[in-house]
Amino acid sequence: MNALDYLVLLGVLVGIAAYGMWATRGHRDLRSYLKGGNTHWLTIGLSVMATQASAITFLSTPGQGYESGIGFVQNYFGAPLALILIAAVFLPIYRRLNVYTAYEYLGKRFDPKTRLLGAGLFLVQRGLGAGITIYAPAIVLSTVMGWRLDATIVCSGLLVIAYTVSGGSAAVNLTQKYQIGVIFVGMIAAFFVLLSKLPAGLGLGDALAVAGGFHKLEAVDFSLNPDRRYTVWTGVLGGMFLALSYFGTDQSQVQRYLTGASLRESRLGLMFNAVFKIPMQFFILLLGALVFVFYQFERPPVFFNQAAWHQAAANGAGDKLRTLEADFNTAHAEKQRHVNAWLAARHAGDPAAAETERAAALAANARTEAARAETRTVLKANDPKALANDSDYVFVTFILGYLPHGVIGLLMAVFFAAAFSSKAGELNALGSTTVVDFYRHVVKRAASDAHYVTASKWFTAVWGFFAIGFALFCNLAENLIQATNIIGSIFYGVVLGLFLVAFFVKWVSGTAVFWAAVVSQLLVFVLYATLSISYLWYNIIGCAACMLLSIILQMFLPRMTPVDTDKATV
Amino acid sequence: MSLLPPADDEATGLPGLRRWRSVYLVVAGIFVTWVMLLTVLTKLYS
Repeated sequence: MNALDYLVLLGVLVGIAAYGMWATRGHRDLRSYLKGGNTHWLTIGLSVMATQASAITFLSTPGQGYESGIGFVQNYFGAPLALILIAAVFLPIYRRLNVYTAYEYLGKRFDPKTRLLGAGLFLVQRGLGAGITIYAPAIVLSTVMGWRLDATIVCSGLLVIAYTVSGGSAAVNLTQKYQIGVIFVGMIAAFFVLLSKLPAGLGLGDALAVAGGFHKLEAVDFSLNPDRRYTVWTGVLGGMFLALSYFGTDQSQVQRYLTGASLRESRLGLMFNAVFKIPMQFFILLLGALVFVFYQFERPPVFFNQAAWHQAAANGAGDKLRTLEADFNTAHAEKQRHVNAWLAARHAGDPAAAETERAAALAANARTEAARAETRTVLKANDPKALANDSDYVFVTFILGYLPHGVIGLLMAVFFAAAFSSKAGELNALGSTTVVDFYRHVVKRAASDAHYVTASKWFTAVWGFFAIGFALFCNLAENLIQATNIIGSIFYGVVLGLFLVAFFVKWVSGTAVFWAAVVSQLLVFVLYATLSISYLWYNIIGCAACMLLSIILQMFLPRMTPVDTDKATV
Repeated sequence: MSLLPPADDEATGLPGLRRWRSVYLVVAGIFVTWVMLLTVLTKLYS
């Protein structure tokens, strides 16, 4: 990165944060601090999208497309259906009850302990998630840029804390709108620069053929094998439960759409995401698949986390690693010859020769993959704490190596803008839930608005510092986006079960659903530790267990009285 | 009053889509179209 890149990076990040603080400086009462102003549907839609699309989305997802193809898009198949259900059922109830948090509804429908359980589960999983949100871009970007990891975490964390604490929900929504704008511009710029970097004469059609030939464009898989992580069924069923729980009960999202000027604005904001979520994820994955195509004509490093490779080479594994690198380079050169011959045969209209060359290219590709796998083993043996997964480094390595200056700064701004937007949404929600569901509900019941606003600011800052602390000490071996989804899937199912019982099983009382949720959460922990099924299934298992157990328990408990039932309705 | 809201309790303000049920159907239709297009992409390039 040169001075121009740093100017673009800092100008975008500090400029948006400063504008967010300045534009929302008048928000003083609790309602405007926690719910923001009367937000337009497009701002809500972009804000919901920005909260979900963290830096992990833009660092990890292209790496997934490069490594495993675009099948990860199926993970989002459940989102449109879930968003429709939320817009039709959840949202009108939240708005009619005029709640600040989703868990307030649990208190009105059931009892205080169930409200605290829902809020507590949210705080645990979202608190951990906020740590990963800030750690993810910091570990990758500090490694490739040579920055200090702790300084990257602390500086980026403090900037988010500053404008989130200062302006509350309104500042979060406003900054997210501009941050997602930067993200769109940056990713589209990367796409066109990538296409321009492909060899002369290689059009998009050829690029797609090469990607498809290496099985990178298998977007849908109708297999019923439960061990497969991403299929249409895990996507539609598991993904729907995950999305239902995330968009419908996670305060970081609920708070975004409760800022709507009316029910219509909130609904349209959700429908915006229902329409554009799948194409956006597809586009990011396709970018990764096209980076794979690009590297068929340019030799990639054997291991994309070059800092880890060089460190291991300097620590006694140099001979092994250089031998593997030589094997990789030889196989890659052979693959490149076969890919060129394959494309020539394709252009000449000779499908038999094209297929022969493609098979030879696949065989050479298997040898490059074997060299990469062996490199990972050597790195892991050299340092058991080393991150053996380099897919998060694929896209950023391409950006730094091949994009022009200015665009590099813009793409770095994309990663940080995405990190800031989702982290701000999380901190805003963590602060709100702590104040509304715990502090105001349990500790200090009758205080002035100004007192609760001050408390909200303090708790938001505390959660921000907790996230920074977690990020400074965590060390993740999994692909980062999967780590986030795994944590979510472990908790979301049970929380969703609480809400579905609340909405649809009116005769179940708080005590039954409370203990059902506690037992179901323990069950999910045990299953996660013992089974190897796709993590998306835990959304369904947790939800189903919570619903079923609450109904069974209710059969042995006193039914809700008519008075209780009245209290639960609005 | 029931916990479940009435299906259409506010105008959509969208041309040609006066009821929310229509909006949801259109959005669901767009989702199905995306899945079909991705299936075609998979068939074409695998």
